[in-house]
Amino acid sequence: MEVLVYLVPAALGLGLVGLLGFLWSLKSGQYDDMEGAAWRAIADDEPAAKAPPDGAGK
Amino acid sequence: MLATRDFSHYVKNVGAGLAHIDLAVEGVSCAGCMTKIERGLSAIPDVTLARVNLTDRRVALEWKTGTLDPARFIDRLAELGYKAYPFETVRAEAVEVEQSRFLMRCLGVAAFATMNVMMLSIPVWSGSAGDMIPEQRDFFHWLSALIALPAAAYAGRPFFQSAWRALRTGNTNMDVPISIGVTLALAMSVAETIAHAEHTYFDAAIMLLTFLLVGRYLDQSMRRRTRAVAGNLAALKAETATKFVADNEISEVPVAALRAGDLVLLRPGERCAVDGTVVEGHSEIDQSLITGETLYAPAERGTAVYAGTMNISGTLRVRVSAASEGTLLAEITRLLENALQARSRYVQLADRASRLYAPVVHATALLTMIGWVLAGASWHDAIVTAVAVLIITCPCALGLAIPTVQTVASGAMFRAGVLLNAGDSIERTAAVTRVIFDKTGTLTLPELDVINSGNVPADILDLAGRLALASHHPVAAAVARAAGVKSPLEGIVEQPGQGVRGELDGVELRLGRPSFCGAEDMAEQLLRLDPEVSVVAFRKGDARYVFAVRQSLRTDAREMIAGLKARGIAVEILSGDRELAVHAAAQALGVDEWRAAVTPAEKIARIEALKNQGVKVMMVGDGLNDAPALAAAHVSMSPVSAAHLSQAAADMVFLGKKLSPVVAAIDYSRKALRLMRQNLWLAVGYNIIAVPVAITGVVTPLIAALAMSGSSLLVMLNALRARRVASERT
Repeated sequence: MEVLVYLVPAALGLGLVGLLGFLWSLKSGQYDDMEGAAWRAIADDEPAAKAPPDGAGK
Repeated sequence: MLATRDFSHYVKNVGAGLAHIDLAVEGVSCAGCMTKIERGLSAIPDVTLARVNLTDRRVALEWKTGTLDPARFIDRLAELGYKAYPFETVRAEAVEVEQSRFLMRCLGVAAFATMNVMMLSIPVWSGSAGDMIPEQRDFFHWLSALIALPAAAYAGRPFFQSAWRALRTGNTNMDVPISIGVTLALAMSVAETIAHAEHTYFDAAIMLLTFLLVGRYLDQSMRRRTRAVAGNLAALKAETATKFVADNEISEVPVAALRAGDLVLLRPGERCAVDGTVVEGHSEIDQSLITGETLYAPAERGTAVYAGTMNISGTLRVRVSAASEGTLLAEITRLLENALQARSRYVQLADRASRLYAPVVHATALLTMIGWVLAGASWHDAIVTAVAVLIITCPCALGLAIPTVQTVASGAMFRAGVLLNAGDSIERTAAVTRVIFDKTGTLTLPELDVINSGNVPADILDLAGRLALASHHPVAAAVARAAGVKSPLEGIVEQPGQGVRGELDGVELRLGRPSFCGAEDMAEQLLRLDPEVSVVAFRKGDARYVFAVRQSLRTDAREMIAGLKARGIAVEILSGDRELAVHAAAQALGVDEWRAAVTPAEKIARIEALKNQGVKVMMVGDGLNDAPALAAAHVSMSPVSAAHLSQAAADMVFLGKKLSPVVAAIDYSRKALRLMRQNLWLAVGYNIIAVPVAITGVVTPLIAALAMSGSSLLVMLNALRARRVASERT
């Protein structure tokens, strides 16, 4: 059971990374247009490199 | 005359030498549009960002400051086939956006905590029977506390704040029992952890917050979306004014950029976008959007005009005034404020439910504790059981019961062309027993129509239409629309106040007043048949024709009123227009109860009288004179073409030229209210089963978790049924 000493912090740490990732994506405006994001995933190709993936919600 | 367009009012500097503008775009509905617009705009040199937001139907653009005129983006979008216009984010919308981000952050934290606490709880549940030693269990409990306490403190804020606000004003709402339940569950769990006990409820408390935040977020995103669409509609009206920037120099500016004291030019056929006073010129004005009166009124120096006034014949110069200076407007604003204050007394279904619910649940918990103490249990066991009762009854399903239905129903209504301004308008609409309509602009379309175009030879109509294209007069515009022509004749002369004159193949053509074309007797004949029409005459050489022009009823007005009656709803017309006009409309629609020449104060008085008889009134109106009545009614609707103030005062706005959204709103609301009630009963039913189990003290955290997620899912699935109504469309 000593393995818990590593496993528990590892599990929580991974969860925390996920949470921070979520908060970052929220802050960078990736949740501002859920409908558009759904369509972009299956769009043929992205318009030229002029549209960076974030920063739309300024 | 094309003046310069100045959009600098909307351009923001975002630093790093970049300028930013947001455009509302009409007709963006699919991925194809999105790619087309982004490619089209990115192709303009110096554009650094072109990004479509498909949810809000907007485009964000950034470019190197000073290199481009924003008007160019609008032209480019027009070439691509999209109407676009810049807009300013109103404060209310900015608040909604901030609020929904806040809820999303809370939801993220709560969901993270739920998953991780669950990860620690499941070993305890499955291990306590077998090989888990008490030290390990305590360790897992402490870890759970370490995650759940800060997470609840962070993610519970929406509920704690709202509960605190309610308590401070001596009220209660759904958030009070939620806050008490969560706080007690956490406190007891900490105490139990310290006491090395077997069961803690960290998972239940934090899971409860997660489910409730889902409901809260759905509710919020519905409101945010409505607000965005309403903002777009306002922006796409593209209201501009021709402002005098110097003595004889004019510029086209957005209305938002005008200030009191500015001087604007109002050409014939233009709608005034501001309130003000005429300082120069003579004309006739159409005040139907303000008073409901369809006859034109004279305008000269000193006449007050309001946003929505249509200028008919002459050019006017108008001094912009602050809203409070106009007497009519000041009176309407005062009535409106009184009516809005009265409205806030309505108590939402959710709050009514929680008023019943909280005392019952808290009393049950208290009795449980006393009961166990009397039965000889220790204080500790009695308190633990009482808290378990609170946790299991914590209104998880109850908190979701109403927002989920509201979200689904408002989505369905949105597709039917109804935008909700107020979240509780669904419940209020469901109770409606009488609908009161305004006539002008509500039962009728705001534009004029030629009603006898069938009696005129097609080639003559065509010719008249091409002649009419040269004039800005609204009656001429109606003739041009009826003819459906695009190419104007050349060399046409407009004679102010009379009509337009031109020549084709050596034959003289005239369109205008009957006297201008020598067709007075024909005009009189038409007027005798229908005194409501405006007559416009057309003369080709010596042949004369007359067109009857009037506001026509919305195409489905008759069926819609029949539909309302079939649903047991009484229909009434209250109009500011003349008796003759209202009588004709009421007869055509089969409405028996109508009143004409009603002032705004009389409209309110009528609604108050009905209210006192217990009648739940829905007011449907568009004019400025309807605004106070809209606010006074139990619930209200406005067409999208309505005056600003009326739209703001209405609970719902409907899109398009048809009236069917009124019936759809009632159908969807009735269905939604039924489902809300069902959901509340489902929540009650769940408690009837769960509470006795909790009182007997056999509830384990595992049972609590299962019961909570089960009832929440049930309520959410039931809410999805609000998408369809039995009598789709009438």
